[in-house]
Amino acid sequence: MSSETIALNAVGEGSRPVGERLHDWVVTVDHKKLGILYILYALFFFVVAGIEALIMRIQLIVPHNHFVSPQTFNRMMTMHGTTMIFFMVMPILFGFGTYLIPLMIGARDMAFPRLNAFSFWMTAFGGLLLYFSFIGGNGLYGAGTAPDVGWWAYAPLTARAFSPGHSTDFWTLALLVSGIGSVGTGINFIATILCMRCPGMTLGKMPLLAWLNLVVGGMVIFCISPLTAAQIMLCIDRYLGGHFFDTQAGGSAVLWMHFFWIFGHPEVYILVVPAFAFVSEIVPVFSRKPIFGYPIMVAATIAIGFISFSVWAHHMFTIGMSSYGNSFFVFTTVAIAVPTGIKIFNWLGTMWGGKIQLRVPMLFCIGFLFQFLIAGLTGIMLGTAPFNWQLSGSYFVVAHFHYVIVGGIVFALFGAFYYWYPKMSGRMYNETLGKCHFWLFIMGFHLTFDFMHIPGLLGMPRRIYTYEPGRGWEVWNFIVTIGAFLQAAGVLVFVVNLLWSLRKGDTAGNDPWDAWTLEWSTSSPPPDYDFAATPVVRSRRPLWDLKHPEDPDWKYE
Amino acid sequence: MQLAGALLAATLCFGAPPDPSQIPSIFRPQSTPANSIFHLSQLVLAITGAIFAVVFSLLAYSVRKFRQRDGDDGREPPQVYGSNQVELAWTVIPTLIVLVLFLATARVIHSIQDAPKPAGAIEVIAVGHQFWWEFRYPALGVVTANELHVPVSNPANSTPTFLTLLSADTDHSFWVPRLAGKTDLIPNHPNHTWIDPQETGVYLGQCAQYCGVQHAKMLLRVYVDSPEQFAQWVQAQKTPAANASNDAVAEGRRIFETTACVNCHAVTGTIADGHFGPDLTHLMSRDTIAAGAAANTPENLRTWIQNPDAIKPSSLMPAMQLSNHDLDVLTAYLETLR
Repeated sequence: MSSETIALNAVGEGSRPVGERLHDWVVTVDHKKLGILYILYALFFFVVAGIEALIMRIQLIVPHNHFVSPQTFNRMMTMHGTTMIFFMVMPILFGFGTYLIPLMIGARDMAFPRLNAFSFWMTAFGGLLLYFSFIGGNGLYGAGTAPDVGWWAYAPLTARAFSPGHSTDFWTLALLVSGIGSVGTGINFIATILCMRCPGMTLGKMPLLAWLNLVVGGMVIFCISPLTAAQIMLCIDRYLGGHFFDTQAGGSAVLWMHFFWIFGHPEVYILVVPAFAFVSEIVPVFSRKPIFGYPIMVAATIAIGFISFSVWAHHMFTIGMSSYGNSFFVFTTVAIAVPTGIKIFNWLGTMWGGKIQLRVPMLFCIGFLFQFLIAGLTGIMLGTAPFNWQLSGSYFVVAHFHYVIVGGIVFALFGAFYYWYPKMSGRMYNETLGKCHFWLFIMGFHLTFDFMHIPGLLGMPRRIYTYEPGRGWEVWNFIVTIGAFLQAAGVLVFVVNLLWSLRKGDTAGNDPWDAWTLEWSTSSPPPDYDFAATPVVRSRRPLWDLKHPEDPDWKYE
Repeated sequence: MQLAGALLAATLCFGAPPDPSQIPSIFRPQSTPANSIFHLSQLVLAITGAIFAVVFSLLAYSVRKFRQRDGDDGREPPQVYGSNQVELAWTVIPTLIVLVLFLATARVIHSIQDAPKPAGAIEVIAVGHQFWWEFRYPALGVVTANELHVPVSNPANSTPTFLTLLSADTDHSFWVPRLAGKTDLIPNHPNHTWIDPQETGVYLGQCAQYCGVQHAKMLLRVYVDSPEQFAQWVQAQKTPAANASNDAVAEGRRIFETTACVNCHAVTGTIADGHFGPDLTHLMSRDTIAAGAAANTPENLRTWIQNPDAIKPSSLMPAMQLSNHDLDVLTAYLETLR
């Protein structure tokens, strides 16, 4: 199955005009090209939203700073949050899923290639719409502004009385449009994984990445829908005289919170489960052992998928729910720690007794494990409602969710970049630059987010453009800002490595990691048709079976 | 190294450590709700700390012990697919920990949220505005802003303060870390919280729910008075400020009453009866103006009337466009509102 090829096109890629090749990328329905488009698009927004974060950190480096106005700061914080969640992390994870799922299940494309392209372009259009607000936010007479209502846009701040002009509308429409793309991707993941697997690949023999993305697909469909509904209701409120969230006319601000967080909490798991998927693929290969406890890993993921829909009101412990309501959401919130803990233990079990190779993808995965452990523990602190009454809305919670999203998800993403870069580009990345990126980024990360917990414990609320001196917050904010710039330096090394290696990197070959899943059986980068002949598998590690015919996996599964 | 350097730089930049009484730390509680939370947090920190120690040791040990050595023979390690006993153990043990945490937490939730209101309790209605606090004492007939006065409470003579939390516009959150956890002020959704501070003094807090452009400068000060001081304060607040004593003050009052000031501010005993801004009847009894954004000095007061953006950009206080003379006499009048 490995190196066969099919001659499709006698004309070499390099000899075609640039315009024609770009046209190919625009009209493509190939899952690999769409995956790369998603990833490049998300990387662009990663840089944009990172710059927004740096602007906020410069403003907060000393108390009573005048680097930006309060209006600008509020726009930066809204755009940073919205961009990172909806136009960076989500599309980049969808990009990896779109690229990898067909290759890992031995298919030639997604189940619905045209829907796949449609989903990408809807997401891309959503991002453009959001950023057009910088020009068009207050109408087109020269006074453009971006949304400044915060990324969760609590009512009634979004009512026209408090948010005139069109900035909030750009936010609403951007999320509505990209939400349609996300639902399309969710449907496509499910259909592809359920229907397109190669012969022999039963559900129990799928790579964990496919399993985890199947769960993500289901969560996307059920959690984006309430968000979309709420956006439509908000539009009705703003332009058609509705009163869903209009408190001045008897509407309910709390209703918006429920709509937003029944989306918002499963969203956290939509972002983190694909990160789990990367770690579940990378850790076994670099420990030279199969994943420990495959069935319980699948079961824990499904449990997380279901429980994640019952925890949303832990974002709302301070809104004055009854003591019974609060207790219920404490229970569900701490309960989700059990399946999450199982995953951490199983990754450790995979490493235990292996031969751990500390290459760059594995370094990032070990970073992930360490930081995700801490993020989970601060999550337990936030999950106990009375402690939450002190911590929520403070810099402690900002530090906590950045531990999840940067320390967890972004670390796993960087691991995935280095792991699959040879497959996608055909070239190896530069190991030295990769390690340099890892150490710069992890030092910057800890300098920023470890110390960010402390001002929260000392009473510093989030979303403030400046703060009073003398409250014990200055030193910590100073350190946090220094760390943010170290992280930016790390990301710069990463981008340089990607670009440099694309031209100068060593040729990767089909299987640089001596790995076991199907994507490594085809060429790097894979041909348009992925596999010349449809693979047939007998176990979860088809390439292990090929390489070790004397001791194949299917004897034990 | 890097860390030490940054700490050193930060210390050099910021000099002496701040006065501890000014730090609103959640770990120095002075009131029953904050204290119960502090005790719960110690339990939670102990449990999570123990989990961290165990899992981190396992991670560090695995990376160290099972790292591929130089001169490795290149053979694959034993392929282990899982172990039902081990997996069962790391499912059951966390489940038990979760149960303990849940029960301990539910108890504290109940003890804080469902606490009965004793007969001696002070009742306050707190109303959140963009970007300031209104405090009403319905039983005492007092209205003030931004600086909440409450009596000290001790176990022998319990006089806790029970607050009803309302909002006039957007969402806000009442947070004084040393006295209680935060509770949101949401329009159309009255909330409740309570405090029983056990030491006199000033406790700092601020709005903790993003409420618009000047959310950062919606600061909050709670003055915990001895019972005698509190009685005196209430008495003073109920008496209208003394009348104009000289020409400048009389002229200032005339300007106050004939400009837009009266649309938003109230002063008992004058025609001013607006409610969009803070009640100014006893303005000079407060230590700060602009919701804590500046000290209440004559210069700051003058700046605040002339150009509010210098203190708090985009607050809803308009620049009053008065002449220097008018500013002087108006400030002189406001200074009589003791």
